[in-house]
Amino acid sequence: MTSNPSVTPIPLVRAGYEGILAMWIAVQKRSATARPDLISDADLARQCSEVLSMLLEGLASGSMDVSSPGWEGMRATLRGISLSRGRLGFGPSETALFILSLKEPLFGSLQELDPSSRIDAILELNHVIDRLGLLTSEVYQQGREEVSMRQQQEMLELSTPVVKLWDGMLALPLIGTLDSERTQVVMESLLQAIVETGSTIAIIDITGVPTVDTKVAQHLIQTVSAARLMGADCLISGIRPQIAQTIIHLGITLPDVVTKATLADAFVAALDRLGQRVVSTGATSTGR
Amino acid sequence: MGVPERLTVALRTQDDVVVLRQRVREQAVALCFSLLDQTKIVTAASELGRNAVAYAGGGEAMIEPSLNSGRVGLALTVTDHGPGIPNVEDAMRPGFTTGGGLGLGLSGTRRLVHEFDLRSEVGRGTIVRILRWK
Ligand SMILES: Nc1ncnc2c1ncn2[C@@H]1O[C@H](COP(=O)(O)OP(=O)(O)O)[C@@H](O)[C@H]1O
Ligand SMILES: [Mg+2]
Repeated sequence: MTSNPSVTPIPLVRAGYEGILAMWIAVQKRSATARPDLISDADLARQCSEVLSMLLEGLASGSMDVSSPGWEGMRATLRGISLSRGRLGFGPSETALFILSLKEPLFGSLQELDPSSRIDAILELNHVIDRLGLLTSEVYQQGREEVSMRQQQEMLELSTPVVKLWDGMLALPLIGTLDSERTQVVMESLLQAIVETGSTIAIIDITGVPTVDTKVAQHLIQTVSAARLMGADCLISGIRPQIAQTIIHLGITLPDVVTKATLADAFVAALDRLGQRVVSTGATSTGR
Repeated sequence: MGVPERLTVALRTQDDVVVLRQRVREQAVALCFSLLDQTKIVTAASELGRNAVAYAGGGEAMIEPSLNSGRVGLALTVTDHGPGIPNVEDAMRPGFTTGGGLGLGLSGTRRLVHEFDLRSEVGRGTIVRILRWK
């Protein structure tokens, strides 16, 4: 979209701190992976608020690289939480999911940003949270001989949220592999979100999908047709050049699906379909 | 990562196919394959691994760097002791599937690699060997 630094999400996250925190705790309590048997409400709330404060601190450092010095506080906090959760009996994926579940409330706090800033912010924060989730699992894996890529993979696969990007528009950033069971879950949550939000456009972003073989392609095609039956058109974004070529060699055609290189391109195309456009008014454009 | 060696991956479940893809990618990276070549051989491996799990109840994959006559390549052999393929010509035809798939796995894999050798015997199993040069 633009390489200029976008309007920063930090003030919104800071202003929405209490709301994000409350929603995050609520999301975890009602999730299927909640473990009230292992952690008390008070400890859960404390860990959430620690992570959120450290997130603000990290973001305020101006760097989105979680291995940079500005994120030292966050890294230390995550090490502590991973160790203490490990002792309580949480598995590595459970602890990573704890971090990944911050996405939903966090993205929700960005509603007030203008569209192009919002998408930039979501993409950046999405990446940051994924990295943080992986950090927690690295703590578990330190000292182990075999780094369990499979565990990381599984964990990432569980992290896919359906994000409401705009009125009438959803995005589904897929991460990890797309096997049958996983697709079922993803498809159901997308269809449910389409109905709940009355969306007419869904962007399926596959930037985070490492391999598109014929099974993954078939799952994508099924998801697109199911969405269409519910009244939403899909755009697929994030097909990297090497994946596009490989798909062609396999002989796969994605019927009637608009594809875009990036989620940002797809967003602009989707807005266009909704009859809206991103315009710079100068007045609201800041941080340039 | 040092000089890649021959290694095997047991294939029983879909999770093992994830592992297979990762191992093949690691080896392809170690051999300095381009991103496109990595993607092709990993995708081919995924197709063969999935077939072994889906149609033969599992099998084994052997990943082997090939450094013959100054050329660098990566070979993969997927072996199973499943039911075998009664008609290989049918199975190789784009769109042919007995498993509700797209039926593009075998034909597509052949196009993604430089060497493709499929042997199958009904009642005994299937061996597919593929090789992609750098
Ligand atoms: N290892 C195998 N053992 C037995 N049958 C196989 C095996 N691999 C492939 N087949 C048969 O070949 C058909 C075509 O395979 P493929 O091209 O991968 O397409 P798909 O997996 O989508 O059906 C399968 O539907 C199956 O009948
Ligand atoms: Mg197949």
